[in-house]
Amino acid sequence: MDISLTPEDLAFRDEVRAFLDQNLNDEFRSLASGGPTNKDAQVRWQKLLHEKGWVAPNWPKEYGGTGWTATQKYIFNTELALAGAPAVSPFGLQMVGPVIYHFGSDEQKAKFLPPILSSDVWWCQGYSEPGSGSDLASLKTMAVRDGDHYVVNGQKIWTTYAQYADWIFCLVRTNKDVKQQEGISFLLIDMKTPGIEVRKIDSIDNQHTLNEVFFTDVKVPVENLIGEENKGWTYAKVLLTHERTAIAGVPQSKRVISKIKGIATKEMRGGKPLIENVSFRNKLAKVEVELMALEYTELRAVSALAAGGAPGPESSILKIRGTEIQQAVSELAVEACGYYAHVLKEDEYIGNDYAADFSMSYLYGRASTIYGGSNEVQKNIIAKMVLGL
Amino acid sequence: MDFSLNEEQNMLKDSVTKFVRDTYSYEERQKLVHSDIGFSKDHWQTFAELGWLCVPFSEEDGGIGGGPVENMLMMEELGKGLVVEPYFASVIFAGGLLASVASDEQKAELLAGIIEGQSLPTVAYAEAQAGYDLFDIKTTAKADADGYVVNGHKSFVMAGASATHFIVSARSAGDQRDESGISLVLVAADADGVSVKPCKSLDGHRVAEVTFDGAKGQLLGAEGEALPSLQSAVDDAMLALGAEVVGMMERLYKDTVEYTKTRKQFGVPIAVFQALQHRMVDMFTKQEQCKSLLLRAVLSRQQNNDSFNKDLAALKYAIGVQGQEVAHEAIQIFGGMGMTDEMSTGMYLKRINVINSLFGDADHHLARLVELS
Repeated sequence: MDISLTPEDLAFRDEVRAFLDQNLNDEFRSLASGGPTNKDAQVRWQKLLHEKGWVAPNWPKEYGGTGWTATQKYIFNTELALAGAPAVSPFGLQMVGPVIYHFGSDEQKAKFLPPILSSDVWWCQGYSEPGSGSDLASLKTMAVRDGDHYVVNGQKIWTTYAQYADWIFCLVRTNKDVKQQEGISFLLIDMKTPGIEVRKIDSIDNQHTLNEVFFTDVKVPVENLIGEENKGWTYAKVLLTHERTAIAGVPQSKRVISKIKGIATKEMRGGKPLIENVSFRNKLAKVEVELMALEYTELRAVSALAAGGAPGPESSILKIRGTEIQQAVSELAVEACGYYAHVLKEDEYIGNDYAADFSMSYLYGRASTIYGGSNEVQKNIIAKMVLGL
Repeated sequence: MDFSLNEEQNMLKDSVTKFVRDTYSYEERQKLVHSDIGFSKDHWQTFAELGWLCVPFSEEDGGIGGGPVENMLMMEELGKGLVVEPYFASVIFAGGLLASVASDEQKAELLAGIIEGQSLPTVAYAEAQAGYDLFDIKTTAKADADGYVVNGHKSFVMAGASATHFIVSARSAGDQRDESGISLVLVAADADGVSVKPCKSLDGHRVAEVTFDGAKGQLLGAEGEALPSLQSAVDDAMLALGAEVVGMMERLYKDTVEYTKTRKQFGVPIAVFQALQHRMVDMFTKQEQCKSLLLRAVLSRQQNNDSFNKDLAALKYAIGVQGQEVAHEAIQIFGGMGMTDEMSTGMYLKRINVINSLFGDADHHLARLVELS
């Protein structure tokens, strides 16, 4: 056993740091810290990564990936997060991209993959429906074949950043008469198609992140079907079980903890800086212990991948613990800021320049244990697949 | 031993319950939140007509002689409705403070104004450097020929933008963290030298930073000796906020139970899943325990028990921690719906969090409990 990085890995880490020194500015950092979303800056950041060839580390090299080892990917993700870089928008690069290069036709690959890499085309995800959350396979949005196109009717919900998206990838029902999972297809739909309406959902963090998307007689060319009709569930599942990097958010949580420590030198309690308060320090230390454990859990999974194997059962807890720790850390950030954490950040607001942003990420972070398979569903999966119950 | 309410108390509680049920749906509440002043002056007049604005005041002062129990009943029900009218800030907190420190002449004018629904006073006590210490004050008050001159900055003034008067805690002697030398000065909101920077808070209420630059006002109570009265008004205020949180916790667990009976996944109402049932039982348990701590502190106040400070610290600690836990669980069990502003679930969380940050958070009161033990 040896946890040290090889000289090659260390050289790689330096290369990543040099890139960040040169390119990561405060405007890009603000995208990662809970401020209002700014698509223009997000696109410019992703284009910088793309120019360097680093925008899609998970993709196979032939489609524009980096060809990095699992360790290099881990180093890359960690360095970016520690430096406060924003995450790439996942819908194209991490979700539909892999589905297209795994199961798409050559025409689909040629048409869709390059603009995902260049961030010229933005995607959103059409999975959840009002009646289909944790029970996704019960989805009802129908696609009926009519000559050379499908006619889509139905509704999707919780569609993150649909307002910015050029395309949406959808799970739709193409057969009602078979077992639920066997009548679902995977369709790519241009958001400019007539009959699509996006409605904003007002969410508890006062940001415009979530939407409903309504489909009324939306005509979708048959060539936008991925793979075979009624096999969409299989494709979606492959995507869900596909290697998902950085899901634990360890470096992101580390970064917030270090920010909290900075704030706690300014915030006063009992005439002294909060950082001198034993109870608060204990709480910070406890969450740091949990994070230390999670960091090594993730390293164990990375090292199994690096050795060419599949990650062991330890990897199944990364999402649950990662999101729980992210929430605990954001609660501490809000606590540290006192009442100024609870002001609404509009053009004119009271307090200081950091407190209100923490509240936004705290409130939006309540969703992290709900989306991507709620933590309850994750526990069901672990009970079944890992514990064999 | 008897925890039951008397007839008047039952009528008071029922009148608030009825108002919230009939006129204060969450949707109507959100309309008020987004209106210009952030609450309804019509509702405020209704409060006056229903006799709610005189609840905490003695009969000599024109009130009904209500005490901690009556305040609790009001606030528990107002909390369930997420009511944004400044009942807490202007009637319980500012009104309670005025009733204890103002002279008979001052009371005759000021309390009558509150009871008729014309005056909306608020206490300007918080300062940015003070953390949660009431006595940590930089704002100054100096006597001059016809009153007191106030200079300084108050950081988080509840209902500050619509206030008619500020009761300012200010230093007339001593150093920033001295417990003596603190005075209360009543400054009219339209006095020269008062500037108000309004802001919305996440719970839909309105707050403000207020700067006093040579603003003139009148002294309330004895010069330099205001801290005990201020602390006592804050104690009553914390009891009221405790009741508000307990009311919200009740709605949170009941709303969650109802939702799980109607929300179907995998072909069944999610209420049948034992993993969720146990969590809802925990939510219910926490609400009942906080309610017990509330009654303990309220009755301790009513009977002037020696244990009151400890009982109050226990209450404020518990509603901070367990109120937030219950609200987090409600959002999780509501799933995506819990993330929307369409449901009141998230608003309860935000109000509970604001309350936790007023007059000392859970950590502050746990430390106080340790000191008192």
